Amino acid sequence: MFKKPLLQKMLSQTQVFLTRVMSPPYFFSFAEKCLPWFVAVFVAALAYGLIGGLFLAPADYLQGEGFRILYVHVPCAFLSLMIYSVMAVAAAFGLIWRLKLAFAVMRQSAPLGMVFTFLALVTGSLWGKPMWGTYWIWDARLTSELILLFLYLGILALHSALPNRRLADHATAILVLIGFVDIPIIHYSVNWWNTLHQGSTLRLLAPSLIAPSMLYPLLAMTVAFCAYYAIALILRLRCALLSESGAR
Amino acid sequence: MLKLNKLQTRRLYYLLALMLGLALAAGLILYSLKQNINLFFTPSQALQANLPAGHRFRLGGQVKPGSVIREKNRLQVHFILTDLKRELPVTYSGILPDLFREGNGAIAEGSWGTASQSKKTFIATEILAKHDENYMPRAMYEELRKK
Repeated sequence: MFKKPLLQKMLSQTQVFLTRVMSPPYFFSFAEKCLPWFVAVFVAALAYGLIGGLFLAPADYLQGEGFRILYVHVPCAFLSLMIYSVMAVAAAFGLIWRLKLAFAVMRQSAPLGMVFTFLALVTGSLWGKPMWGTYWIWDARLTSELILLFLYLGILALHSALPNRRLADHATAILVLIGFVDIPIIHYSVNWWNTLHQGSTLRLLAPSLIAPSMLYPLLAMTVAFCAYYAIALILRLRCALLSESGAR
Repeated sequence: MLKLNKLQTRRLYYLLALMLGLALAAGLILYSLKQNINLFFTPSQALQANLPAGHRFRLGGQVKPGSVIREKNRLQVHFILTDLKRELPVTYSGILPDLFREGNGAIAEGSWGTASQSKKTFIATEILAKHDENYMPRAMYEELRKK
């Protein structure tokens, strides 16, 4: 056993890396190194996204200047789904491998996801009045997004209601996984049913249905919001893990 | 860490079973509620459903180009909603949303008129404009329209 095959070596190194990152002390030093990069990406992407979206991008042919709320609404809605997906993966990791860090990621992501869901609903509502003619309608997209907001609230409430830490983590993780059913429903609601909300503009595999001059600021805003989530999550995790180890 | 021992494998299977069962249950529920979740009837569905006069529902479709008639001295508007298969005349009295245009989508809430049973007219009390997922500058739109 002097020569390990390359693949096996890489695998074992990945495993060592993950093992380290997932244990709180190593996580701190890893997060410390990443934080400035996330801040740099956040500032640069937000600056370009805001200037590009609010000033450089041309007005829409149908909605005029009013379409610019898209540059806030779409990233918020995207993050509300992405954060929940991150929480669901963390919940599964936590339940299977009993990782303290995974439960912490799940718990600390919830308020962030809730805020983005709330913002997506509010900006969408403000956009809906001038364009559709109503602040709110019980169509499948809007209703399933509202259910997501209640899911986030329920997750936070359940976690804080249980005094036993281990029990709270496990029960919340199961609730997060059950609630994950809502995520594909939100995404596909506009395809499965008749809705007032229009279909997806951004496509992963096909060209997006938005002019390139309008698209790039939107992508920049989405990147900026993701970087913000990473920054906020790292800070919240650091605080939570420290206070937890201090309490023991 | 990422290797699964016996206990962890069992937990993984439990979770997979949970997710699978949930997906199945949600799928069946949503499938059976399909008619209630749809926000509006298309003209074809509305004609097929044969709802009584006075029963409120939403009718959605494309505003047929060239079909909008505005009455003089009144807010009364007449237009035709179409799903490109069947079409239905709609009457509405009130202010239309900005994005209500010929050729664009619109959703009308109201009920069948009671007057003449032979020619069905939908009396709307509220009109919502539906826009699509395409965004582009005006110049690009004009160019596309020329083609």
